[in-house]
Amino acid sequence: MIIGYYPGCSLSGGGIELDLSVKALVGVAGVTLREIDDWNCCGASAAHSTNHDLSVALPYRVLSLAEEQGLEQVVAPCAACFSRLKGTHLRLERSDELARKMADIVGRSYNRTVRVLSLTDFVRLLLAGGLADKLTHKLTGLKVAAYYGCLLSRLPQCTVAEDDIEDAERPTSMDAAIRATGAEPIEWNFATECCGGGLSLSKTDAVVRLSGAILADAKDAGAAAVVTGCPMCHSNLDMRQGAIHAAGLGGSPDALPILYLSELLGLAAGVPPEQLGLNRHFTDAMRLTRGAADEARSAPAAAGGGGS
Amino acid sequence: MSQPSRSKLAQAILDATGQDAARCYQCGKCTAGCPMAAFMDIAPNQVLRLVQLGTDSASRRLLASAAIWNCLGCLTCARRCPKQLDLAAVMDRLRELACQSGTVPGAQRNVLAFHRAFLASVRSHGRMNELPLVRRYKLSTRDLFSDIKLAPGMFFRGKLPLRPHKIAGRAEIRRIFDACQHGASTGSVEGEAVEPRQPASSPGAGRRRQTRGGRR
Repeated sequence: MIIGYYPGCSLSGGGIELDLSVKALVGVAGVTLREIDDWNCCGASAAHSTNHDLSVALPYRVLSLAEEQGLEQVVAPCAACFSRLKGTHLRLERSDELARKMADIVGRSYNRTVRVLSLTDFVRLLLAGGLADKLTHKLTGLKVAAYYGCLLSRLPQCTVAEDDIEDAERPTSMDAAIRATGAEPIEWNFATECCGGGLSLSKTDAVVRLSGAILADAKDAGAAAVVTGCPMCHSNLDMRQGAIHAAGLGGSPDALPILYLSELLGLAAGVPPEQLGLNRHFTDAMRLTRGAADEARSAPAAAGGGGS
Repeated sequence: MSQPSRSKLAQAILDATGQDAARCYQCGKCTAGCPMAAFMDIAPNQVLRLVQLGTDSASRRLLASAAIWNCLGCLTCARRCPKQLDLAAVMDRLRELACQSGTVPGAQRNVLAFHRAFLASVRSHGRMNELPLVRRYKLSTRDLFSDIKLAPGMFFRGKLPLRPHKIAGRAEIRRIFDACQHGASTGSVEGEAVEPRQPASSPGAGRRRQTRGGRR
């Protein structure tokens, strides 16, 4: 099986672990990823916050390239990229007028044939295609908070549930994938709350408060790790965890590893943690691999105040 | 059945976004679920109410508000609205209008500076590159030292590439940017520091439109 790949900008920078772990997973699953040739940035919050046309035109070019290159399905592992690409596709499906306008602005055609997959859609596809049988290094006993955040389950201008989009208030796709690794998804209250996302640099105080509340609730619910599908969530919860604890937020000062879903699956598939990028986190995630899950669960107090 | 009467502002937002503020019946669900409501000077449901009113003073208050710059676009409101209104899209449009009318408050400049630094990187490379983005953001906000301690850690973890990624179709990207500027999106303040304009001392602000797009 060949699936188009839209890594997005973060995956060669702050979100490099997501790129590494997705590539490791497809190796295990026997799927081929084909990167969209000459893809551009989706525009992210910066475009839709300041220039509506641009926020549709940039993803339009990506979708058009994918279609031109014969890619029927494209995975965008970054939740923000997914939201922009899928949201644009849905808007174009609903409005011929918008499609004409974008064809004019971008100077390319798009016949609305590309199916955009999120990280959770993609993982579901891989698991059903045989990956589930290859998860032999079960993470039994590891309690994990499935953190969906905003953009995996809520799409712009998509206020009615679509067939292939799960319930925004009660998503379950990540929980199912966690169970496939042998780990245990916990019940908690912040699964779909926002981490502060794109205001990380410009309103850091607010982001520290929002992300701190997420960490605190995960710890209260007994999580030994948080699992995410978004580079922005990851950097706010992982890279800023030291600052969150320094501000007296985030519950207990114990470090809480933040993993991408693809990293968790990679561990269960027996992929070396360095190949997944676990050694690149700011908040130590390698300890999840030492003495497996039990150590992380029974001795979190030894980890100290976050950071590296 | 009578047509819902719409303010000029509500009509302009409907035309630009497809979102009809006149449908809002003020249940307050958007505000109840908004993670940033505590940081806003005007609550999300009141933002919609002011759009419905659409008077000059309501417009001025909205376009000079902190609220519109605190919206994260997390879409919690949009997903929970019983009238299926996408308030986040309304917020996006209000930000565009605030840029055009030059009424972005000084305290909210960092948000706009970040978006502009981000888009400048995309415009020149076709992709967002963290190093040029952060450099431009820090210079434009003169906020040089926050987060600086994170940079070496990012670098040694392979998270801060020194060479920017560039795509082949950069000329095409620039053309797209230019075409979108002509669509009267980001206004004449593009690339400049935004001077806060006091709503009270700014006759006719709010509804004023800039005629020329920005340049870079």
